[in-house]
Amino acid sequence: MKNKKKWLAAPYGVWAVGFVIIPLIMILYYAFTSQENGTFTLVNFAEVFSANNMKALLLALLLAFVSTVICLVLAYPLAMILSSRSVSQTSFIVLIFILPMWMNFLLRTLAWQTLLEKNGVINGILSFLHLPNMSIINTPYAIILGMVYNFLPFMVLPIYNVLIKIDKDVVEAARDLGANTFQTYSKILIPLSLPGIVSGITMVFIPALTTFVISDLLGGSKILLIGNVIEQEFKQTNNWNAGSALSTVLMIFILISMYFVNKYDKDGEGGAVF
Amino acid sequence: MSHKLLDLINISKSYDDQMILDEMNLYIRENEFLTLLGPSGCGKTTTLRILGGFETPDSGRVMFDGKDITNAPPNKRALNTVFQKYALFTHMTIAENIAFGLKIKGRSKAYIDDKIKYALKLVNLEGYEKRSPALLSGGQQQRIAIARAIVNEPKVLLLDEPLGALDLKLRQDMQYELIRLKNELGITFIYVTHDQEEALTMSDTIVVMNQGYIQQIGTPEDIYNEPENAFVADFIGDSNIVDGIMIEDRLVEILGAKFECVDIGFGTNKPVDVVIRPEDIDLVPVSRGTITGRVTHLIFKGVHYEMEVQANGYEWLVHSTDMVPVGQEVGLHVDPFDIQIMNKPESEDEEAVGIEE
Repeated sequence: MKNKKKWLAAPYGVWAVGFVIIPLIMILYYAFTSQENGTFTLVNFAEVFSANNMKALLLALLLAFVSTVICLVLAYPLAMILSSRSVSQTSFIVLIFILPMWMNFLLRTLAWQTLLEKNGVINGILSFLHLPNMSIINTPYAIILGMVYNFLPFMVLPIYNVLIKIDKDVVEAARDLGANTFQTYSKILIPLSLPGIVSGITMVFIPALTTFVISDLLGGSKILLIGNVIEQEFKQTNNWNAGSALSTVLMIFILISMYFVNKYDKDGEGGAVF
Repeated sequence: MSHKLLDLINISKSYDDQMILDEMNLYIRENEFLTLLGPSGCGKTTTLRILGGFETPDSGRVMFDGKDITNAPPNKRALNTVFQKYALFTHMTIAENIAFGLKIKGRSKAYIDDKIKYALKLVNLEGYEKRSPALLSGGQQQRIAIARAIVNEPKVLLLDEPLGALDLKLRQDMQYELIRLKNELGITFIYVTHDQEEALTMSDTIVVMNQGYIQQIGTPEDIYNEPENAFVADFIGDSNIVDGIMIEDRLVEILGAKFECVDIGFGTNKPVDVVIRPEDIDLVPVSRGTITGRVTHLIFKGVHYEMEVQANGYEWLVHSTDMVPVGQEVGLHVDPFDIQIMNKPESEDEEAVGIEE
């Protein structure tokens, strides 16, 4: 019986080996071999720490951090409101909220490009109203906007899932014992929803850190994030070895940051990523 | 016992057109163990939640020690609640749970530590400070919830079916615990339950509620022995409730037979409800019985036998230490003071309310 069940995992096992493990090994192989003759070398990693790459990495970290914070600030109150209503009341809000997510990611981001352009829809309306135009396309602000827009649901859902599981009695007990609204949040609700917050941060921070599409479309070609640098190594410079080394370093960065984030998630509940 | 500590004046509350409480009036004296008893949906929990500040009545006032607290939030009331599902803070240790209210009030660490020790001793869980609430049994969690409430020295402790989730043996132990706690602390307990035995065991005063109305207020003995209507008689303990006609003072006709009773003032030839508790029916030889019947069921219950006796077209429930075999003819006799006469409900609605539960 036990063995039979194990066999059911075989298709995924094949998938995982073929599309996760082998690619990872290949990335490591490329990262540690030279482009010319395929011998072992650390030259690729030396390239990683060039000034330009470091700048791209730091900017990516900064933008991912800012986007994550904005998502958290927007998502927590929304999750709070959703969790305090009955399912029938929330389904409409959730629908409105999820609807854009059913559209293709690229399309959504392209739509933002059209909206934000110099002669785009928003500036068109502003001109019509005789208001000063704004030029946020091709700036880091546009990239942050794109990140927040695309990744917000991944912050809301895990927090919402944890919040609906918190017994309302616990909140009432805190009030009963003398806590005011602020203290009820700071001492009870936020600590109890921490697993959801951690999960949300993970699910927003990592894709924001590694994205190259959002920065490409909304940042123009001027702003390079680490994702763009890797993309260029593979597609333009055709230097797979340098690209692999960069990817490896980025992966290590993610593993380290996740280690610290998960340290706060004591119960492991909702920490879906690790 | 005489001071009115809490006073509910003309309290009404409804949810979505459904009336939960209708013009309710109730006062609670200092140092009293008062139980709100009734079936689910009778408004007992809503009453408790209004007292705790978790609900605001649609109309009416809540007075506490002479002050109007109708609109005061829960954190501004000198009452504490023990919740049915304990509602412990699972991300804190036992000690942190108990300290919660005191920390918010800004008490010193030494004071808080003393209080934690005292409270854990009071609920017989000494040495549990560092443990996590999730690892305790249901009974232990409930004790911690009580400890967490009483360290704040509330004037009134509100308990919402606190023993509902515990098994029978533990529930009985906790009943004694609660009585002991109440006597040691000298504070007022307001207790909500649907379990009539729990209510009879612990209370000074029982308030029987149904469909948003108070049916009867009295001591456990009053409620049991002198139920005011068929609902109360039916809800508290087993009973035979039969139609009767009050022929004159001290004489009632039940199912065609005349019984002497002690009740007066109902008028003559007036239809009434008659309640006779099963343990108040005496099984006697046929010649001496007021009515005669045949035993149809017999169950041994330990303390007594439970029998059903078919007599005058009614299946009488009888509890007796004497056993009469099934099929045997037997006389039934009831002492006059064991017959409880009640007015018929005034309207059809009121009657429906009583019988449906």
